[in-house]
Amino acid sequence: MSILLPETISEACHLLATHHGAIPVAGGTDLFVHWPQKIEDRGKTFLDLSGIEELKGHRWTGDELILGALSTFWDIIKDLRAQIELPLLLGAARQVGAIQIQTRGTWAGNIMNASPAADGVAVLMAYDAVVRLQSQAGTEEIPLSEFYLGYKAMRRDPGQVLTEIRVPRRGYDFQMFEKVGARAAQAITKVGVAVTRRGEEWRVVANSVAPTVCRCPTLESFLATGQPVRGPHDLVVPLRDDVAPIDDIRSTARYRETVLARLLYFGLRDECPCFA
Amino acid sequence: MEISFTLNGERVVVTVDPSDRLLDTLRESLGLKGTKEGCGEGECGACTVIFDGLPVNSCLIPTYQSRGHVVETIESVSPDELTALHSSGATQCGACSPGVVMTALWVRRNPELLSTHNLREVMAGNLCRCTGYDGIIDGLKGWLDEDGGRRGGGPAAETETRRVSP
Repeated sequence: MSILLPETISEACHLLATHHGAIPVAGGTDLFVHWPQKIEDRGKTFLDLSGIEELKGHRWTGDELILGALSTFWDIIKDLRAQIELPLLLGAARQVGAIQIQTRGTWAGNIMNASPAADGVAVLMAYDAVVRLQSQAGTEEIPLSEFYLGYKAMRRDPGQVLTEIRVPRRGYDFQMFEKVGARAAQAITKVGVAVTRRGEEWRVVANSVAPTVCRCPTLESFLATGQPVRGPHDLVVPLRDDVAPIDDIRSTARYRETVLARLLYFGLRDECPCFA
Repeated sequence: MEISFTLNGERVVVTVDPSDRLLDTLRESLGLKGTKEGCGEGECGACTVIFDGLPVNSCLIPTYQSRGHVVETIESVSPDELTALHSSGATQCGACSPGVVMTALWVRRNPELLSTHNLREVMAGNLCRCTGYDGIIDGLKGWLDEDGGRRGGGPAAETETRRVSP
């Protein structure tokens, strides 16, 4: 196992170009679990981003929150403006692991680890976040909702490093994030859902119910048309177009589908006049 | 590779392999056995140390990442400071205690945390299989009360702020 320690983004891009397959690492809270005992990691090369000043922290511009690739969950938990403007980020950050994980874990790492259970990804997607990737060939921006191609598969080529996440600053008429896990802390999500609404424009993003964290476009259109909803079951039909939960060590497909519909129904009931 | 960092107020220089974990460097290379390994995967918090002023799991940090940083371990805490935790039953088998104390020390230094977090949330990353947590929470309340400001029969340090659901 070897480690590359770039100090600038351009150096990181150069190293990725010359060390094919090197794995970028930020906070290490996923990649360094049981490390270095994992035999499969021994032949790997890691590109450690932690020394790159340009990637640290986050900043607010007139119309965006820009999260550097090393911005941690704790950075956002402490930011009063994030609490007010983008409260779902705070809601998700506080439910990731516990403090010791929140102080090291990064938003960018949450995206690149590509877990279908990632809470940070669900809320970023509900806010229409865009990821910015850089390589020696240049930079590219991809909406987070179009970034995943399948389980652990992403639109990133091996020479690219995620440098920042851009989150639009705009008002929302409604927003919620709900996570169901075995306990409040240190629990990986069994079912999660983030919802935002601006006017008639809905974003519904579910986690742990498909091979990737995913938008639910059928349900979004269903909500926009204002059809009557008599109970959670009426949401199951459109949801079946959008999600594909499975049985695994944490839960069952049936539980996930039932609970997702209930989280949405009870979360939106006061918001949607068409809900009974 | 040779790196240096500040450990409990002193600069240390240590030669490490890129695959060494901070937890092992502290225990094996530097002989500070107070920090414990529990799960090795960032769940249990037994290996908690304070890194640049924030609690972290030292099992998830490669030692080379500490170069130039500031690390504090349980060895920096005087036993005399811990009367409140001793008398509340905050410790039984002791495996979790070094981590519990380091997280608690961080809370004590940053009491403003308690305007947004309650004690059970800030301590949620330190698992304890003996005490049922009440002893730990009571001990931490007592420790915070020693700092004054909260003395004089006022409400306990714990504020019942709920987990945020925006």
